[in-house]
Amino acid sequence: MANTGSSSTSIGRKLIMAASGLFLVIFLLQHFLINFTSVIDEKTFNEISHFMGTNVLIQFVMQPILIAGVIIHFVMGFILEMKNTKARNVKYAMNKPSANSSWMSRNMIYTGAVILGFLGLHFYDFWVPEIDLKYVQGLEGSPTRYFHELQHRFEDPVRVAIYCVSFVLLALHLMHGFGAAFQSVGVTNKRYLTGLQKFGKIFAIVVPLGFIFIALFHHLNQ
Amino acid sequence: MAGKGMNLTLKIWRQSDANSPGKMVDYKVTDISEHMSFLEMMDVLNEQLVSKGEDPVAFDHDCREGICGMCSMYINGEAHGPDRGVTTCQLHMRMFNDGDTIYIEPWRAAAFPVIKDLVVDRTAFDRIMNAGGFVSVNTSGNTQDANALPIPKADADEAFDAATCIGCGACVATCKNASAMLFVSAKVSQLALLPQGKVEAKERVLNMVDQMDKEGFGNCTVTGACEVECPKGISLTNIARMNQEFLKASITADK
Repeated sequence: MANTGSSSTSIGRKLIMAASGLFLVIFLLQHFLINFTSVIDEKTFNEISHFMGTNVLIQFVMQPILIAGVIIHFVMGFILEMKNTKARNVKYAMNKPSANSSWMSRNMIYTGAVILGFLGLHFYDFWVPEIDLKYVQGLEGSPTRYFHELQHRFEDPVRVAIYCVSFVLLALHLMHGFGAAFQSVGVTNKRYLTGLQKFGKIFAIVVPLGFIFIALFHHLNQ
Repeated sequence: MAGKGMNLTLKIWRQSDANSPGKMVDYKVTDISEHMSFLEMMDVLNEQLVSKGEDPVAFDHDCREGICGMCSMYINGEAHGPDRGVTTCQLHMRMFNDGDTIYIEPWRAAAFPVIKDLVVDRTAFDRIMNAGGFVSVNTSGNTQDANALPIPKADADEAFDAATCIGCGACVATCKNASAMLFVSAKVSQLALLPQGKVEAKERVLNMVDQMDKEGFGNCTVTGACEVECPKGISLTNIARMNQEFLKASITADK
């Protein structure tokens, strides 16, 4: 009997990659919307952040699911890259990939690796201190600390620059990944697929650009 | 046309057999007519080599009219060369200029090992077809009339488009991951779209994908390069359809 849709089949791996990617896209959107409130109103941002940071369902169900989603996406990405490299053991002396495919589609592993590195920094900046405060030291923390922590992190121009460059690479990653995910999960309706791919391109520009705006806004409004 | 043709430098992969190391070797051809096909230019080169007592360049070819799927050269970094919607035998020398240097390599994929020079072993495709790329029909002589089964025109057209795949392997050669998904998806789609193919649809997609994976082809990352370089314009939609078929079959599989 042939393998069915598990992670041991090529299509199974594609589906896992696409599903985890789309899940992360949804997370990214909610993260962006919450962060964006920080440029509109400090109080609203603090309230939402406090809710997110203290709600049991978000902390102990959604957060582990999110972390699992991130791990599955990048581990599967590296597994796919290794298998794909093995599938062409001798390289061409002369190759012209730009004639038939986009730079974004060919370099997902590199844009993804940069995003992964950025996630490490991002976790170090925001997530680790929060976990340390709440679950290691066992302190409650001020419910209005979030906004000031955010502003404090964006004081350093080097850090702001790293964030901005990472968001550009996130945009490039999404530019291909968003539409490709729908192709992978089997959308054959050309009208829907074209619409989703166009929406994906807009999403890939607007959301990272929004994150860049938020970082610059707080850097310039210290 | 004598004396007005192109003079070209060819950099060709030479490899005496599957187990020997190969290398790129430079050749010169002169007075090549722009009206020649690429394979005719290769014939000119081989005549030169034979007359000098050298080993001619081995390359696959058969019908020389773009339908058999035999010719398979990676020319100047692209499968079947710089033109679109053509096989190597349909590629004209007018796509090149006098003085050009042309790189000519075999398809590169772990699943397509080189046999000699530009000839690669594409029997992996045959094994995938054997795994399920067919419908089991009664050949006892009482075959049903084709029109007895009504088929919507749109489905018939899509199935026919998928069936135009000639199995040349340009998709594998082009794909940065050496993935065979465009080929396999075309073969899955051409039958999945028709009532005759639905009976064995589940086993077909599972077995063909299983064989594809066993052969060592890479995974599709939707770069779309295969669709661009395919001489028959096989659409990426077929891959989405195969994924659908695979998911359906996996969920409802008996084991």
